[in-house]
Amino acid sequence: MKKTGKRVIPGLNLTMGVTIAMLSIVVLIPLASLAVYSSSLGMKEFFQVITRERVLSSFYVSFITAFVASAVNAVMGLILAWVLVRYDFPGKRLMDGMIELPFALPTAVAGIALTSLTSDQGLVGKFFAQFGIKIAYTRIGITIALVFIGIPFVVRAVQPVLEKLDGSYEEAAMVLGAKPAVIFRKVIFPELMPALFTGTGLAFGRCLGEYGSVVFIAGNKPYYTEITPLIIMSELQEYDYASATSIALVMLFVSFLILFGVNAIQAHNSKRIKGGNS
Amino acid sequence: MEAEKKEQSQLVKWLLIGISVLFLVIMLVLPLFVVVTEALRKGWEFYVSAITDEYTIKALILTIEATVAAVICNTIFGLCAAWALTRFHFRGKKILTTLIDIPVTVSPIIAGLIYILVFGKQSFLYPYLQQAGIKIVFAVPGIILATIFVTFPFVSRELIPVLESIGTDEEEAAALMGAKGLTIFRKITFPHIKWAFLYGIVLCTARAMGEFGAVSVLSGHLRGVTNTLPLHVEILFNEFQYVPAFAVSSILVILAVILLVIRSIVEYRGKKET
Amino acid sequence: MKRKNIIAIGLIVILALTSLTGCGAGSKEEKKSGSSDKVSITNVSYDPTRELYEEYNKIFAKHWKEEKGQDVEITQSHGGSGKQALEVANGLEADVVTLALEYDVKAVQDAGLIEDGWVDEFDNDSSPYTSTIVFLVRKGNPKNIKDWDDLTKDGVGVITPNPKTSGGARWNYLAAWAYADKLYNGNETKIKDFMKKLYQNVLVLDSGARGATTSFVENGQGDVLIAWENEAYLSVKDYPDDYEIITPSISILAQPSVAVVDSVVDKKGTRDVATEYLNYLYSDEAQRIAGDNYYRPSNEKILKEYKDVFDLDINLVTIKDFGGWDKAQKTHFADGGVFDQIYEE
Repeated sequence: MKKTGKRVIPGLNLTMGVTIAMLSIVVLIPLASLAVYSSSLGMKEFFQVITRERVLSSFYVSFITAFVASAVNAVMGLILAWVLVRYDFPGKRLMDGMIELPFALPTAVAGIALTSLTSDQGLVGKFFAQFGIKIAYTRIGITIALVFIGIPFVVRAVQPVLEKLDGSYEEAAMVLGAKPAVIFRKVIFPELMPALFTGTGLAFGRCLGEYGSVVFIAGNKPYYTEITPLIIMSELQEYDYASATSIALVMLFVSFLILFGVNAIQAHNSKRIKGGNS
Repeated sequence: MEAEKKEQSQLVKWLLIGISVLFLVIMLVLPLFVVVTEALRKGWEFYVSAITDEYTIKALILTIEATVAAVICNTIFGLCAAWALTRFHFRGKKILTTLIDIPVTVSPIIAGLIYILVFGKQSFLYPYLQQAGIKIVFAVPGIILATIFVTFPFVSRELIPVLESIGTDEEEAAALMGAKGLTIFRKITFPHIKWAFLYGIVLCTARAMGEFGAVSVLSGHLRGVTNTLPLHVEILFNEFQYVPAFAVSSILVILAVILLVIRSIVEYRGKKET
Repeated sequence: MKRKNIIAIGLIVILALTSLTGCGAGSKEEKKSGSSDKVSITNVSYDPTRELYEEYNKIFAKHWKEEKGQDVEITQSHGGSGKQALEVANGLEADVVTLALEYDVKAVQDAGLIEDGWVDEFDNDSSPYTSTIVFLVRKGNPKNIKDWDDLTKDGVGVITPNPKTSGGARWNYLAAWAYADKLYNGNETKIKDFMKKLYQNVLVLDSGARGATTSFVENGQGDVLIAWENEAYLSVKDYPDDYEIITPSISILAQPSVAVVDSVVDKKGTRDVATEYLNYLYSDEAQRIAGDNYYRPSNEKILKEYKDVFDLDINLVTIKDFGGWDKAQKTHFADGGVFDQIYEE
């Protein structure tokens, strides 16, 4: 990592200029407007708005469902990535190609389709209704929608790392007689951890803010299935910009924190890998 | 002992594959299945007439316009950002990376809201925009902006790891020998990142096509003017026209599947080459 | 030096971007204000009026062509009433608004787009058609729902949208309140208890009227849908074997409001056609279209023609009984208002 050598490569001005200009126009200035508008409230009012009981419970609903969904995604994403990298079986390419489907499918379509599947008249919902479990219009329904939204993030984060993973340690451990479970826990998992965190973190962030698919499946009952983005929408409908932007600001802050954590892990990790190489 | 182990790992293998398949079928295939069967519920002719409806076609054209514009913008941005972030050292790099990623985790509702705040009626910019005859919110430019926002980091995120892993040695050598920036990029860097680049573009396209939340806040839902396909689906749905709604959804599904097939080919080629 | 370069490039990008967006806007503008033998207006309306305006736009285009020899193109926008009002207030260029309630039009007025006095600009407080709130139940009425108090019974699943996000849902809420008000002679604690019980029975609180109908009709949720009369009739028309309509003993006269958006028509020079567009809603032909779409025509004579369709004896309160929208909004639906209270433990 020689610092002086870097300057040889041209294009700093151009690329940096374009990057910062576009970032400012598309992301930073608009986001800053949130802070400007919510500042029309004083500190005290700001806290009053964001600590209203209904708002707090929507934070809770959003958080808990996003958390459970990301946990499910972490486990399922790991399994899927593992299966896609380590095993050969018919239909693997098809399976691999499907992972990004939730990216490409409009969230509203996903929401409508999932709702009609999981309501107690639907294909899946009927099955669970026998056991008295309701999916659509409950928190479980929200979680399902969020699992759908978040799954590609985890798989696509873990997959490349798993592909590059050097098999030699594994073999060594195998030769030394370690059980597969132990090998996975002690050798493979630590290597995957940062990627898994990154993917799950991104999925979590995305799930917190998801709106399109959730409104269809949630039922939107206050204190029970009302998510924060919906609260923002209803504040807007009441022409209460200050409250809407305040709540949005809190969400923005949380997503910034998540991303910062994710990127810190990523940076830490890439440093470690590079350190090993040189 | 050895055989037993093998048997066991076979068992684990099929168990894991089974779980994966089950998960994917329930989470991804069934919703698709619902879309397709509902779309065809009233027969093929009805389906064709639904997707050749005047407004559907207008919405499709708008969706393609917005997607193309967003992809072009984000591709330029992605290349520049990836180059700046991996080829140079400067303070605040970590923050810059985080800022670029922010659109992924920002709620689409907030994404729409912020543009309303900046370009909408209560903004101080509004009178100037009015005077210049520029309409941004509730018009096509707003839709394009929202689409750019939600797919903002998609290309750069694909490029950065690849650029980081190939290192800068070749480029430095070329630069020392006096090659121009563009030549270096074209001859040395681009061949390395070709596949990641294409992959990023495909992902960006896929996501841009399907964006609903942010666009919905900014579009104003003017029929035939600012309605994208996902919004048109919502409108049809709200008109109790379930079958046409699913028929239009199926267009999006088909487009998504085509893109994913392209993606698979890109990835496969990319892997074969390296 | 270097920094200067960065700034310069930044500026170029900004210019490029704005010109890109500018082009898009420019071309649209041209299309709109083209030749004078064609005029285009935008009607921003709420969810359940789609079918109505689809038909009405056709006869109005014919009418305008006959009168002025000019083609008129009408762009429709539909959505939740509150959201639509908000978008117009935020710069969505609507020539006319035809929204679910006066309060939403007032929000546009408060943004400075509509001049005061619009309520008296057209007949009947500027509501060319009215509607009311009824119940839609499953065929045979298995839960034996007759009136509002049946909705508070245990085991009855109610579907209604969220009054915070849906204009229609506010009418629902107020109609229920009017019933309880009469039942308990204005005893507020008891009324609140009644409302609390009712909303405890609500299974799905969708964000809009159409979403609620979907939950009830397509996804089979709940036993009773509190709905706009016209929505209920539409569902029964589509599925005559599955649903029936119950008219409660007391309901509310829902007055959707229409208005010309002054600042937009003045800018575009479309005041004449926009005003005539709303005026013609009161013509016999348009009133019959409203009736055919299950809206109650404001013209008494034509309303009588539909006496077999509508229950004309229903006891209707109006928003004036609640002291007008401003007051109703403040007491019931604002943050911390009665609606929030009944959801608190």
